Amino acid sequence: MKRVEITEAAAKIVRQLQEAHGELIFHQSGGCCDGSSPMIFPEGELYLDESDILLGTIGDVNFYMNKDQFEYWRHTHLTVDITEGRGASFSLEIPLGLRFIIHSRLFTEAEGKAFNKL
Amino acid sequence: MSYSKPEFKEKYHNFINGKFVPPIGGEYFENRSPIDNSLIAKYPRSQKEDVELALDAANAAKEAWGNTSATERATLLNKVADIIEANLEEFALVETCDNGKPIRETLNADIPLAVDHWRYFAACIRSEEGGATELDQNTLSMNIKEPLGVVGQIIPWNFPLLMLSWKMPPALVTGNCVVLKPAEQTPSSATLLMEKIADVFPPGVVNIIHGFGPEAGKPLASSSRVDKVAFTGETTTGQLIMQYASKNLNPVTMELGGKSPNVFFNSVMDEDDAYLDKAIEGAVLFAFNQGEVCTCPSRLLVQEDIYDAFMERVVARTKAIIQDNPYDVNTMVGAQASNDQYEKIQSYFKIGKEEGAKVLTGGAANKLSGDLANGFYIQPTILEGHNKMRVFQEEIFGPVLCVTKFKDEAEAIEIANDTLYGLGAGVWTRDAHQLYQIPRAIKAGRVWVNCYHAYPAHAPFGGYKKSGFGRENHVMMLNYYRQTKNMLISYDKNKLGFF
Repeated sequence: MKRVEITEAAAKIVRQLQEAHGELIFHQSGGCCDGSSPMIFPEGELYLDESDILLGTIGDVNFYMNKDQFEYWRHTHLTVDITEGRGASFSLEIPLGLRFIIHSRLFTEAEGKAFNKL
Repeated sequence: MSYSKPEFKEKYHNFINGKFVPPIGGEYFENRSPIDNSLIAKYPRSQKEDVELALDAANAAKEAWGNTSATERATLLNKVADIIEANLEEFALVETCDNGKPIRETLNADIPLAVDHWRYFAACIRSEEGGATELDQNTLSMNIKEPLGVVGQIIPWNFPLLMLSWKMPPALVTGNCVVLKPAEQTPSSATLLMEKIADVFPPGVVNIIHGFGPEAGKPLASSSRVDKVAFTGETTTGQLIMQYASKNLNPVTMELGGKSPNVFFNSVMDEDDAYLDKAIEGAVLFAFNQGEVCTCPSRLLVQEDIYDAFMERVVARTKAIIQDNPYDVNTMVGAQASNDQYEKIQSYFKIGKEEGAKVLTGGAANKLSGDLANGFYIQPTILEGHNKMRVFQEEIFGPVLCVTKFKDEAEAIEIANDTLYGLGAGVWTRDAHQLYQIPRAIKAGRVWVNCYHAYPAHAPFGGYKKSGFGRENHVMMLNYYRQTKNMLISYDKNKLGFF
């Protein structure tokens, strides 16, 4: 059981980016324009501390979200997918003409119980 | 009346040092119109070397430009305003093609407002005075405002020329040189502007770099050769830009969006009059610009005793929205700016429904016919639910309204402030006390009272909480692009007597 998962198509892009950029992390953005999207950066690029929650590891990439935002997301399961598009952020997939995107669903009862303590 | 897609060249270039310059690496990206997903043109896929060229030009120009007179700079800003105004229809068409927004908006809002911002800042600098204070009989403290030098600006795609016109004029008029990166989704109007004003400013004062965030945006935002970065966008990129600025000890301004509440008290329905009609429109303004507005009034809070009657009218007005070809002057809502936005909005419909939100109207993509079938259209949508749902908490950036009810003033304020953001808010009431007290209690940088979505140049705009900091527009903006030089002058002939 995982809070966050990734589709095969998105995982393929992650592997491609890893070859080009090395170790990576995902961070879920909030706010306007290109916000509410997962962004991928070289590890160490974005300063992370205890205000960022590690939701899980997809492939071998850690997925983080700011704690404040997590409070509103904690009851939902996330799947990282990839779609065609253009974003204006610094996320590494953008030059490929692709964007990572989040699909969400409510936790099942079992997932809810398992993850309640986080 | 309907327009059609404007003509474009095959490809465009960066504007550096007063000239159009191809990217050093020779790479371009394809820019497409969200109206029908057709190709517009190719734009430079710039890299760090291109950004460095622009920074060379800006740094070389800053000394002379910073020493021009306020009169001279204001005159040039006014010239830009006149040029945009003289070509208003051309700018409007290019903007509609690039962004997908309806032509009636670009003709009547985006472009005329952009013109006004250039004029406003030209006027500001001419009417401004510095400060001099006599601290004692022999000591004068004089404050002189000096430009920062070179400013990096990264702007979004929702109002491309308008956002450029919010950021560029105050930086230029205060004597700074600018390197601006338009969003890669909407590079066209900035390029058209450079074509039209290529000779207005001395070379190097205005520079435009196209490209992608990680390749061109980051080198600009992190360069030690910029003195300030201004950014409009989302929180993660905002944090990154602040990190880079911290390395350079540079100031930044951040405008990072919101989830703005639009609050309607029961007195709005005391009469069935022009004011009520205005209030209903005020609730439906969520669909303005396809909801792609940082201050989109995307959370509707309605007092419970008028809820059913009020919502009946809001839903009816929303259903009457014409969503069609953006080039048609009757179209009210056009296309979302890109496929990923289009997909993202639909994923919010899914989670909204799963969380139990009730769809009052819309709730799906809108498949238009002909060429428009390839465009990115979303039906204006109203979801009924509660404020803890994710659709109430995240900026969807689509024509999606989330509505909930409140009992009394205290609950209205509690719900309005239960958000990470604090950019905009709306308060609608006929009650004189509420008119003042409720806006004061809402933690947001701009509270519209009995109106919404007005953006005059003369009113400061910016966020509380995670919506960022710093303000845009208004005369106060000048000081976001300046330093204060304090000259402390003694007119005393006598020594201190210490040594």
